[in-house]
Amino acid sequence: MYVAVKGGEAAIANAHCLLADRRRGDRSVPALRLDQIVEQLALGVDRVMSEGSLYDRELAALAIAQARGDMIEAIFLVRAYRTTLPRFGYTNPIDTGTMLVERRVSATYKDLPGGQLLGPTFDYTHRLLDPELAAGADVAEPLRRETEAQAMPRVSAILAREGLIEPDGEMPQDHVPGDITREPLEFPMARDIRLQALSRGDEGFLLALGYSTQRGYARNHPFVGEIRIGGVELELDVPELPFAVPLGTVRVTECQMVNQFKGSAKAPPQFTRGYGLVFGQSERKAMAMALCDRALRASELGEDIVAAAQDEEFVISHSDNVQATGFVEHLKLPHYVDFQAELDLVRRMRAEYEARENPAKAEEKKEAAE
Amino acid sequence: MDIAAQSIEGGFADPVFNAQTVFRAVMEAMARPGSVQLLPTLARPPAPLSPTAGAVALALCDNDTPLWLDPALHASAAVISWLGFHTGAPLANTPADAHFAFVATPAEMMALDGFSQGTQDYPDRSTTLILQVGDLASGPPLLLEGPGIETSATIAPARMPRHFIEQWKQNAKRFPRGVDIILAAADGIACLPRTTRIKTMEA
Amino acid sequence: MTAQSTDIATYNFAYLDEQTKRMIRRAILKGIAIPGYQVPFASREMPMPYGWGTGGVQVTASIIGPDDVLKVIDQGADDTTNAVSIRAFFKKVANVAVTTETAKATIIQTRHRIPEHPLTAGQVLVYQVPIPEPLRFLEPRETETRKMHALEEYGLMHVKLYEDIAKHGRIATTYAYPVKVEGRYVMDPSPTPKFDNPKMHRSPALQLFGAGREKRIYAVPPFTDVVSLDFEDHPFEIQTFDQPCALCGAENVYLDEVILDDHGGHMFVCSDTDYCEKRREEGHRGHLAPETDLASEKLEPAQ
Repeated sequence: MYVAVKGGEAAIANAHCLLADRRRGDRSVPALRLDQIVEQLALGVDRVMSEGSLYDRELAALAIAQARGDMIEAIFLVRAYRTTLPRFGYTNPIDTGTMLVERRVSATYKDLPGGQLLGPTFDYTHRLLDPELAAGADVAEPLRRETEAQAMPRVSAILAREGLIEPDGEMPQDHVPGDITREPLEFPMARDIRLQALSRGDEGFLLALGYSTQRGYARNHPFVGEIRIGGVELELDVPELPFAVPLGTVRVTECQMVNQFKGSAKAPPQFTRGYGLVFGQSERKAMAMALCDRALRASELGEDIVAAAQDEEFVISHSDNVQATGFVEHLKLPHYVDFQAELDLVRRMRAEYEARENPAKAEEKKEAAE
Repeated sequence: MDIAAQSIEGGFADPVFNAQTVFRAVMEAMARPGSVQLLPTLARPPAPLSPTAGAVALALCDNDTPLWLDPALHASAAVISWLGFHTGAPLANTPADAHFAFVATPAEMMALDGFSQGTQDYPDRSTTLILQVGDLASGPPLLLEGPGIETSATIAPARMPRHFIEQWKQNAKRFPRGVDIILAAADGIACLPRTTRIKTMEA
Repeated sequence: MTAQSTDIATYNFAYLDEQTKRMIRRAILKGIAIPGYQVPFASREMPMPYGWGTGGVQVTASIIGPDDVLKVIDQGADDTTNAVSIRAFFKKVANVAVTTETAKATIIQTRHRIPEHPLTAGQVLVYQVPIPEPLRFLEPRETETRKMHALEEYGLMHVKLYEDIAKHGRIATTYAYPVKVEGRYVMDPSPTPKFDNPKMHRSPALQLFGAGREKRIYAVPPFTDVVSLDFEDHPFEIQTFDQPCALCGAENVYLDEVILDDHGGHMFVCSDTDYCEKRREEGHRGHLAPETDLASEKLEPAQ
């Protein structure tokens, strides 16, 4: 006898209880503290802050713990929290030229004012699993700079002095920077909006698209003009006060890609720019973003649009991993009403097909059914 | 009472629930043109902005929605400062920039086509007009048809704009572009979305 | 700085902040004024995934008040997990009364069905919409489809439907079947089976559609013409079922197929669980209805 299934509420509660149990795992293993995640899984925290569009290490760490290390789930948790926060205002643009630099490399010049500074990088590490780390060995203190830091002009400024690179992107005088979290997207979009979308875009998606441009799908001859990582000051203009109020420091990664450009009907031969900026330390993301930004400037620079990475509507509509994961995963929700409609149609069409292809067999089947 | 005090007082006593009450009344009225949705007095703006129109402003306007005020309202520093304080909405430079237009004396108002009509691509980007009418029963009756109306409906707003029926016909011809109207009477509201057709009863 | 549990998680009535509600409310009003036109809105991240009803939830959260009675259905049923989850969300963040009875609800949020019990004036039906653009599967670009709507250029849709007829002898669209609203906009009715399309036509209820991920809101006011696209020689027709509901005996309702065993045994039951229960309470019996009274049937099975 068929009894309609009931009790979704209890099932959900039980499932969540089980999830909490699995999240905690073996109770004899100490529970992770948020400060451990902040300190020791810092690049994961940075990614969650960056794609979650919320600069708060502790909340990102909480999200990572709550999501059992599932990064997209953690990003989603942060976004859903961020969306409820009141807005007090918009800070002034940050000046990465005055960054307190921790790492800075340029692939275009052997040496330059401020020098090359490797900083805390995986580059040149040999990727050999480290048994000492597993054993929890003590870690030596790093060396500290003993002299005053030299000024580090941005490589793009050095190139610009020669007039060989396009000017930094200028927006019209009356342009008010958009905010993709407050306004619906509209295509085609201004570059400020596009950069916002790329900055919170999925690292993997942008990485693959950036890679595709290198392999010939809209190749644009990129050079890493500069990658710099470090702290920048945030300032807010308050109408009542005659000066900008400092709010604190955020750590960002900036990538300026310098791309060869033969010139077009619209512009003389020169270098062009692709730009990437993300919260925290994530060179891979900043570089992929810069490659995508440059590819997406195709129509602005009069280039033919021949590849996916240049297609603004394609890239921006699919770069948000919170949207993508939701819609892909929604396929596991019940669809039986629609499936029933399709089932009915396919059955009918199948019966007609069989009657047409093999009338005798169809007749037999019909009789057997009866 | 000075303007500063006037501008701070008279807002919603309960911003969350009062806004919901006013919005639901507007939504019902917009969905059922010709129906009158009664509203208690929830806002007390300085004259000549009426309590009903003031409540609509509090419920729907904020710093994302430039407002246009008709000369009667614009002449009142108290009204401007009240709207500014409670909604944060900027004043529109021209009627065509306004998301909402508040009109205290509809009989003297400029033509409907002077407001933003939206575009063919984005017809939603048109001005919503809030007309302060005396009441919804003592004016010349308007026989209404269109979406939201089962067969026909009648309202009789007093002190409507000049040549309104003709202007409204022109508004309909611009569909899907066009303005929408919220009629704010003393004790309630009625709406005329751009889809509503007026069958002339009297000239 | 440490994140303390007391710092987080104090939310406004119905979760959304007031500015967001105003923005959505303005979009709803424009949607009502331009029936079938998709109004862009700045959809927010919600505490449930995109694709799981965030558009419907934002619409409901923006219209709901303390006097409302909410019903949430998914696939026609009040007890599918996502419906349970959304209902629980509103119980928690808005503390509103909830019901499973169609007639008692003032707001019904739905995914994939329109209730069988006729809706009445004063009720609002809120649809969760995955892809609001009816032309999207024919033209993936928003820039292009927006132009088609602006110019009322719907030839592509008719070509697609006609190709179906040429290839399959019938229009092979069974759900999300496109409609024309008030003779102007072609609209996606959300993935409801086309069986439900006629219920949209001149419904006394207000119908609101929310697509969160795609950031669109649209509406059909009460008593508005909603016509399923078709051809003179291939008129629109709805699915019919060969048998009545096995539990309540209802005919002319939408049925779910339930697999009973692995020998091909199956039965058809109402997809609208409230409708089915009401009929059984009234004494209607289908050919596979249990003999026992309803009270015992309502017991929860072991999880």
